[in-house]
Amino acid sequence: MKEIILAKYGEIALKGDNRNSFEDMLVKNIKRRLKKIGRFEYSRRQSTIYIEPLEDVDIDTAVKCLKSVFGIGAIQRCAVFEKNFDTVAQNAGEYLRPALSSAKTFKVEAKRSDKSFPLKSPDIQQKLGDVVLDNFPHLGVDVHNPEVTVRLEIRDNGAYLSAERIIGAGGLPVGSSGKALLMLSGGIDSPVAGYMMAKRGLVVDCIHYVSPPYTSDRARMKVEALCEKMTEFCGNTIFYCVPFTEIQEAIRDNCPEEYFTVIMRRLMVKIANKICDRYGYGGIITGESLAQVASQTLQALKCTNAAAEYPVFRPVIGMDKIEITEIARKIDTYETSILPYEDCCTVFSPKHPKTRPSLEEILKAESSFDFDKMVDEAIEKTEVKRFRYGEKTVFID
Amino acid sequence: MIYLDNAATTKPCRECVEAVSAAMNDCYGNASSLHKMGTVSINLISRAKQAVLKGLALGNPPLEGEVIFTSGATESNNTALFGANLRKGKIVTTAMEHPSVARVIDKLEEKGSEVVRLAPKNYSDFEGALIDSVDEKTSLVSCMAVNNETGFAVDVKRLYKGVKVKNPRTLVHIDAVQGFLKIPLDGDLISVSGHKIHASKGIGALYIKKGVTVSPLLFGGGQQKNLRSGTEAVELIAGFEAAINAYRYDYEYFSALKEKLLAELVKIKDISINSGEKCLPNIVNFSVRGVRSENMLHSLEQYDICVSSGSACSKGKTSKVLAAFGVSDKDADSAVRVSLCHNNNEEEIAFLCEKITETVKRIRR
Repeated sequence: MKEIILAKYGEIALKGDNRNSFEDMLVKNIKRRLKKIGRFEYSRRQSTIYIEPLEDVDIDTAVKCLKSVFGIGAIQRCAVFEKNFDTVAQNAGEYLRPALSSAKTFKVEAKRSDKSFPLKSPDIQQKLGDVVLDNFPHLGVDVHNPEVTVRLEIRDNGAYLSAERIIGAGGLPVGSSGKALLMLSGGIDSPVAGYMMAKRGLVVDCIHYVSPPYTSDRARMKVEALCEKMTEFCGNTIFYCVPFTEIQEAIRDNCPEEYFTVIMRRLMVKIANKICDRYGYGGIITGESLAQVASQTLQALKCTNAAAEYPVFRPVIGMDKIEITEIARKIDTYETSILPYEDCCTVFSPKHPKTRPSLEEILKAESSFDFDKMVDEAIEKTEVKRFRYGEKTVFID
Repeated sequence: MIYLDNAATTKPCRECVEAVSAAMNDCYGNASSLHKMGTVSINLISRAKQAVLKGLALGNPPLEGEVIFTSGATESNNTALFGANLRKGKIVTTAMEHPSVARVIDKLEEKGSEVVRLAPKNYSDFEGALIDSVDEKTSLVSCMAVNNETGFAVDVKRLYKGVKVKNPRTLVHIDAVQGFLKIPLDGDLISVSGHKIHASKGIGALYIKKGVTVSPLLFGGGQQKNLRSGTEAVELIAGFEAAINAYRYDYEYFSALKEKLLAELVKIKDISINSGEKCLPNIVNFSVRGVRSENMLHSLEQYDICVSSGSACSKGKTSKVLAAFGVSDKDADSAVRVSLCHNNNEEEIAFLCEKITETVKRIRR
């Protein structure tokens, strides 16, 4: 019995004339994911990508990999038969056993896109229901709330029988919306922000600022570990590590303490602007959540936003910590984020930061020192690292 | 590398490394085996027990009783406190204990024991205060011999004697991880650790005085007189013994290094020394106000100097233990611990002082 995987489109199905480019991107992403698992043949028909193994492969692992590919609405593993109801009926018992032997209720859903098939959908449903009940007499039928839905689809290329449909990652294929730079701090919020924007089709690469000796190697490794974990959803990721000590010391020595954090955030954004210029990113992503801390009030955001030359995406802006944490747990970054190493945001944080700074005040405070040279220097000394999907190279947790 | 974090762990000494290696090559028999190779292992373990008993007494006649080898002091402390089958009643302990004692006593408290925790800052005669707290109901006194963060040392022999005079039925447990081979010890139950005295990690011991009964934490093959099941780690025990025999605590030498360090530190403005006069000289804890512990640590790290911010076990959290010595939260946030071993010398201390001074200049705001 041959088993294949159907990856059904989510949002892509709603696209119009440009749908092809999304499909191409999705197939490319899926191919990349499954490359290490085995050889597959890919074809697409009727809003579905057919993923057919060409050798003996571990379908469970393949399905697990596909669950984190954005652009897939649902994943269905099926047995393929010739379009002949008797053949399906003969094999259904064996194929459905793992799913049905411990279930209590089921229903059958049939679809017939090949209208030349002699049975109509309601007939197929009824006949297949009888077959299932013959094989598993303990089952009850429940058409409203079944534990297991057995699906038989009569498509152009064959009859596809399945009992397992998994909700996919949703969203749009990574890369279909371009690429952006995520300001990754080591906290809980920024990886979640990156995940959410990758879901909208962005390639997400990360920028991180380090301040040795105020921050430790371990703090940096923690962020690298986060970046590596994000490859699960974002695919291969580039990590820019910007030396930030001298800039922080210069702010401390030249600017009023109460403005420290906002000026620091502005300089981080200015560095991100230049990295975007240089490497072709089209936006900046941050994990800011409105009013969570002093530098994320409306007024403070105005000040940091004014430094940006690219659109700034703040997908968690309207979420509270509990909602953000829930996603962080789902994408498995939470446990890494809460490792106790300090990042550069907290190093010189003022005792009483100004929660409602005005842009004029900030610009004035900032003008007391020429930061441009330091910004350029920091960019020159930025280290670039690459993290690949499915590889673990950072060992800290 | 200038390693000044010897209260966190120590470098295994040559004698230990050689003994471990020799045991791995020649002494790999299971101590429970009845053949020759098993006998060789039993001999080795038995000899190591004698070394522990001798080391505990430190110059006095060896203590009498049983020694079981464990995976380390955390296991020893847990075995001692959970295994002692205490009657419900009062436990007298201190506010400076290591978490592997403090958390166990918290559990005993949840189960219904009354717990009294004394802080050294409140008493000029700390041993006296502990003894005074013992009454008819007191089932246990648990006190560390030497505090790991400040070096504060307790006169354990006096404490043990005093408690027994007050109530002979009271058990005395001593967490002697930092005191082993440095001060003479006595107690009903004493925990020690290998890796603090230049043996390897993964080996420790629990001393059980003659007449004291303890129930095991681990059940299984019944090794070590049924007190600690699990095949004995013969190689690590061999290393532990070798390290004990090689260890020398040179009080005068450490005093001289501490004096040199303090002479430089006191020149820094707004510094407070958290290791007072009752502290052993191999641990010096101080706070430079305005420089957070972690920043000092990472700054010194750039010059290959390893120190600790409080206790390595509590990774970054502010130490509650320092509060027991009267250190304010603010100072605890800046606390740095320098802990010495006999490999450290005057040049290293001079270099350390130079770099501390530089760091303070750069970081302090």
